[in-house]
Amino acid sequence: MSTPNDLAAASPLAGDADLSDKSSPFRRFFAKAWVRAMLALIIIFVLGCIFNANGTFFRWTPHRDMLRQTSVYGILACGMTMAILTGGIDLGVGSVLAAVAVPYSLFLMVHEWSAWIVVPICLVIGTACGAWNGFLIGRFKFQPFIATLAMMTFARGLAKTMSSSRKIMNVSYNEDGSIIYKTVFPDLTNWLNARILGNNIAVVTIIMFACMLLTYIILNKLTWGRYVYSVGGNEEASRLSGVPVLWTKILAYGFSGFCCAIAGICQAAQEYQGDPEAGMGYELNAIGMVVIGGTSLAGGRGGIGLTIIGVLTMGYLDKILSLNAVEEASRLMLTAAIIVIAVLFQSSRRK
Amino acid sequence: MAETLVKMTNVGKSFSGVTVLQGVNFDLVAGEVHVLVGENGAGKSTLIKILSGVYPDFEGEMEVFGKPVRYETPIQASQAGVSVIHQEMSLIPALDTVDNIFLGRERKRPFWRYDRPAQERHTRELLARLDLADLNIRVPVEEFSMSVKQRIEIAKALAYDARIFIMDEPTSAIPESDVELLFAIIAQLKAEGFGIIYITHKMEEIYRIADRLTVLRNGEWVITETAENLPERELVKKMVGRELDNRFPPRRRTIRDRVRLRVENLSIHNPDLPDRFLVHDVSFSACEGEILGISGLQGSGNTELLNGIFGTYGKLTTGRISLDDDVRNSFQPIDSIDRGISLLTNDRKASGIIPEASVQDNIALASLRRYSRKSWRNGKEEAAAARRQKTAMRIRLHDLSQAISTLSGGNQQKALIGRWLETDPKVLLLDEPTRGIDVGAKFEIYDLMNELTASGMTILLITSELPELLAMSDRILVMHRGHITAEFDRDSATQENIVHAAMGA
Repeated sequence: MSTPNDLAAASPLAGDADLSDKSSPFRRFFAKAWVRAMLALIIIFVLGCIFNANGTFFRWTPHRDMLRQTSVYGILACGMTMAILTGGIDLGVGSVLAAVAVPYSLFLMVHEWSAWIVVPICLVIGTACGAWNGFLIGRFKFQPFIATLAMMTFARGLAKTMSSSRKIMNVSYNEDGSIIYKTVFPDLTNWLNARILGNNIAVVTIIMFACMLLTYIILNKLTWGRYVYSVGGNEEASRLSGVPVLWTKILAYGFSGFCCAIAGICQAAQEYQGDPEAGMGYELNAIGMVVIGGTSLAGGRGGIGLTIIGVLTMGYLDKILSLNAVEEASRLMLTAAIIVIAVLFQSSRRK
Repeated sequence: MAETLVKMTNVGKSFSGVTVLQGVNFDLVAGEVHVLVGENGAGKSTLIKILSGVYPDFEGEMEVFGKPVRYETPIQASQAGVSVIHQEMSLIPALDTVDNIFLGRERKRPFWRYDRPAQERHTRELLARLDLADLNIRVPVEEFSMSVKQRIEIAKALAYDARIFIMDEPTSAIPESDVELLFAIIAQLKAEGFGIIYITHKMEEIYRIADRLTVLRNGEWVITETAENLPERELVKKMVGRELDNRFPPRRRTIRDRVRLRVENLSIHNPDLPDRFLVHDVSFSACEGEILGISGLQGSGNTELLNGIFGTYGKLTTGRISLDDDVRNSFQPIDSIDRGISLLTNDRKASGIIPEASVQDNIALASLRRYSRKSWRNGKEEAAAARRQKTAMRIRLHDLSQAISTLSGGNQQKALIGRWLETDPKVLLLDEPTRGIDVGAKFEIYDLMNELTASGMTILLITSELPELLAMSDRILVMHRGHITAEFDRDSATQENIVHAAMGA
């Protein structure tokens, strides 16, 4: 019955097409995902050079600040890349970020526990939330959208429960319940807010790059990375090739949760408080960065390198608009327009 | 003389250079059941798809109701009165009977409303003709049995004023008890002057309902004859034809006495119907160096058997499999790979290639764990493996880093065989290894099978091409409805007796 279909499926590729790629080298070059992503980044960068706000853009400071401001998103985008490569999505990252930012502030600032205890607790909370997503998706075949949407709601509730819906400030309490406002912040918070290398780069930016490196190692140097790609590319074929599909999903979403935890710590440190409302809408920023980079939402194609380009593109876009004092309302519309154009650009390559 | 509904003259079809149908003549007159017969891949489906507008670009002439036509889309064909009753139902499960029947051409009323009462009335009339007068037409069709849904499909076709019905294996989806009812409906449609084109693989059905038979073989028309003038024996001969060419390398005898694979009481539950079986209580064994062919028509369970041995069905599988002296009764792909059983599935796209991944990654995938130390990949080993298989399998490509989806079907297939050879299997399960690939690549795969068995590997082979099965197998098992119904050794196997056994005759 299926032979004619099979032939139809196979024959566009039949013959010598695999030996002689007819398109010109030029076209082939611009068909590469990273070239396209890079082109978008360069265009944004050139716009920055043109609208340079009286030369401000040519100094290092705005670049440094852009990197700092985009770090939390960038860290989330690392985990998001992994989730999207499996063919899924993680909508829970903003909420999980808050569910980590709150205990971080609570234990470190209010209870004054050691950072050596607080940080591992935070990492465990974030990773567990993510791994649970992966478990539901892998074991019970939940739609990633639904499983992580549930996590988005749950983690927000968790953050509010832990904080009684109030922002966790740098205070402690007397025995009679009265509040003492503290002026000295924990060492870790101060360190995270510092800049190093002669004040030229923020510590959170270094952390973002470390996360990207870690993602690179997992995706490219470990077998698990191959599994992430292959599950996203063809789950059934992967299973039949002996790929542990369930564990791959737990790993991918668990890693996304791990990134949320790191992002939550950075966010809490930068804000000097644990805000249960933190991270609202961040999931969309993270998804946007991954997709603008050129990683396919269908899974199996893309990578962390593209995400780095996507993070920089979005970061510069925002920075250039704010440097030129474009007010927020028009900034949102312009950002949306540029995202649409960039993605149009990306999608035309699959023709 | 009855009215001629369809007349196809010298019809052909090819897909980018591969001819799948050539010089076929076919006609259908009012009030007859015309059965299309042929092996898998003979061109029956292609012919039907031309008639029903799926393939608008074909060679030759087609006349419907005496007028030359060329349908551009299936919708055009059904509006013209050609309706296909699909094997997999085309009803929308969550909609009720009325909405399904009138889907896309609702009786319109002003302001984008539709005339539900008129539709309901019409639906009741149609269903009454099909022995479904009491059906609750307001509940979603998913609540009905397959045979009721099939009749709703027929009602839908009637609502389109179809004169020509195409039924593609209509009895394969419904229980035996409802087959008589379907035949009664077909008889009634015949009496009312409809023309029915009927595809089936079941011998007893052919002679129950056929007025005329048309046999296709390898995309070519063989004969059109009334059922009385073409008895079973003749029919089978016409189906398989006579092929005496050197499409196959000589099969050297490489069987050794030692039993390599022993399958005992293997059953696979049907995932959709837990009390039914895809494969039921099958036992056999295969020796070192043997190619064991497993024949059977679609739905006979042969593909499911290979998948079951490999572990695709997981916990749905029961029974025991001994590989050399290692006996297991649990089934998972990952364990099978570790034990030395590998499966090349019959659907390269759905369960074979990772399309976006490189050829190298595709080859290395199933043995990644072996090259790696504590999950750190060993890029050099992977590249070496890919190069090794590229050379061994003679895969033609630019570069091992190109996406596998850019290769031709034959080269994709070789890469997948490479993936499985890289796991160092003792038993290789090949399900349609030569499907959809060109003749040259086929020959290379046959050669490879000879080489592998010479080195002691056991191969279980499924192929719907009988000449291939006969040329390559040392022994052939035939399956029908989940059971092994016949076994032939190389010398006693002929196309005729295999087809007979496969059709349950």
